[in-house]
Order: sequence, then C-alpha cells, then structure tokens
Amino acid sequence: MELEAAKVIGAGLAVIGVIGSGIGMGTVFGAFITAVGRNPAARNEVFTMTMLGFALVEAIALFALVIALVILFG
Amino acid sequence: MASTDGNHGTEKHSPLEQFEITPYAHFETGIGDLAFTNSSLAMVITVVVIILFLTIAVNTRSLIPSRMQLISEMSYNFIAQLLNDTVGDQGKKYFPFVFAIFMFVLIGNMVGMVPYSFTFTSHIIVTFALAAVVFIGVTFLGFAKHGLHFFSFFVVPGLPWYMLPILIPIEVISYLARPISLSVRLFANMLAGHTLLKVFAGFVVPLGFLGIVPLAFIVALTGLEILIAFLQAYVFAILTCLYINDAINLH
Repeated sequence: MELEAAKVIGAGLAVIGVIGSGIGMGTVFGAFITAVGRNPAARNEVFTMTMLGFALVEAIALFALVIALVILFG
Repeated sequence: MASTDGNHGTEKHSPLEQFEITPYAHFETGIGDLAFTNSSLAMVITVVVIILFLTIAVNTRSLIPSRMQLISEMSYNFIAQLLNDTVGDQGKKYFPFVFAIFMFVLIGNMVGMVPYSFTFTSHIIVTFALAAVVFIGVTFLGFAKHGLHFFSFFVVPGLPWYMLPILIPIEVISYLARPISLSVRLFANMLAGHTLLKVFAGFVVPLGFLGIVPLAFIVALTGLEILIAFLQAYVFAILTCLYINDAINLH
C-alpha cells in the first residue's frame, strides 16, 4: 500500500513540470499579441511561427504528463 | 468506451485501453511473431488513403483545379516551400523524403481521430522508428557531404579554446537527444490528447443531466485535437528540414 501511495505522490509531483510549460505558453502568445499589435501586416507570418512555438512548448508539458502516466500505470 | 450491456459499474475501463494492440494474424518467423495487428492495419489504411487521394486528385490535370487537385497541390507546395525556406536550393533533392514523412504522420493522426479507429502515432515504437530513420539518414548525409569534417558541427564557432571541453560534450548530447525529443513529442501529444478525450468521455454518463458540460468540452477538445494532429505533423516535418539543413550547411 505504501508503494501505491508513493506512486500517486510521485505522479502528482511529476506534473508540477507543467507550470513551466504554462508560463512558456503565456510568453509565446503574449509575444504574438505584442508583435501583431505593433505590426498588424505581419500577422500571418508571425502566426505560423507562433503555432510552431505553441507545439514545441506544449510538448514539454506532455513530457511531464507522460512521466506521470508511466509512474501511475507503468 | 462505456459499457452498454447493462451491468454498469462492474466493468472498469481504463482510458489507456484504446492503445492496446490486438493481433489479427500471426506470421511465425525465426526472429519471432511478426503479427498483423490493428496498428499495422491503421498504417496500411493510412498509406492506401494517401496513395488513393494523391492519384485520384491529380488524375484529371486541369488548369483550373478541382477542390481535390487544389488540396493535393497545396500539400505539395506547403512542403516545397518549407524545404526552400529552411534548406534552400539544395533541399529540393530531399522533398520526397520529407513529403512522405509529413503525409504519413498527418494522415496517421487524422485516421486516429476517427472514432473506434486506432492511432498508431500514439505508440513510441512507431514514432521512434520514424525519428531514428530521420536521425540516421541525416547523420549519414552529413558524413557523405563533409566526410570527417562533419565533426566540426559539434564545435561552436567563435568561442575561446578553453570552453571547448565543456561545450563539445553538451553539443554531442544534444545531437544524440534529437531522435528522443522528436519521437517523444509526437507520441506524447497523441497519447495525452486521446487519453484526455477518454477521461472526459468517462464523466458524461455518471454526471447525468450535467453530463452535457463534459460532452460540450469533448466537442471543443476534438477540434483542438485535429489542430494538434496537423501541428505535430508540421513540427515533425519542419524539424526534419532543420536537421537536413544542419547536415548540409554546417553552422
């Protein structure tokens, strides 16, 4: 039973890494809004780069999530 | 996958159950059982869809394209533009490789979005095989193009010599981590997205009338998943292009 408890606590701790990804996602979209506010004509070009940044940052959150899932079910 | 046979609550369904591999046919060989599984079936469907789509779409080549022809030309242009922007003129040779990887991942993700189908990109072994092909191919490309001079890729230019013993191991490790990050990114996105959908689907029936809230959430989430299915294929393709660029033009 103690192992089970340790597993659940460990999975919970592993998901803390998502905080960093949340900050990163805010930075990505904040920078996107700033850029479009300054130069609305560049919107489409900046948007593709934003989406790339979004995908890369989101992947970091999912790394943490996968570690948590591996601890829980692996 | 809620139980519909009346005995609610007695059966427990894990949200990870959708990723289980079930063999359909067994082929015993010397190195083990090369079974034809639901994962293989999904891959075959993906390849058939791509081939049928691309051949039918450009079957009636017209100056004013039909919608199908337009989509196939757009997907061609998309990757050609991507390669041109990242690698330059030398990248044209590698178009078939990048296009094949992009279409395979994209259609594979989209086939996975169909209910009751199977997402083969949610298995680390599939994505790792794709990433390993990219990694090994790019490394061979670098050695074929530059010979032993390729090792200068690990030397960061414009640094004092006494920094090199610290930075070269870091560069080597980050180079070796490429296939891992490339494969885990795609795998984790697909795994987490589909698990999330199933977890929320598990809330719908127990909540009764309030279950309409998670149901609406699932609809929104499906839209996000389709966006991510495209984005991850795009990220896989663009990173492949960047790696090819690194191998061709050292620094």
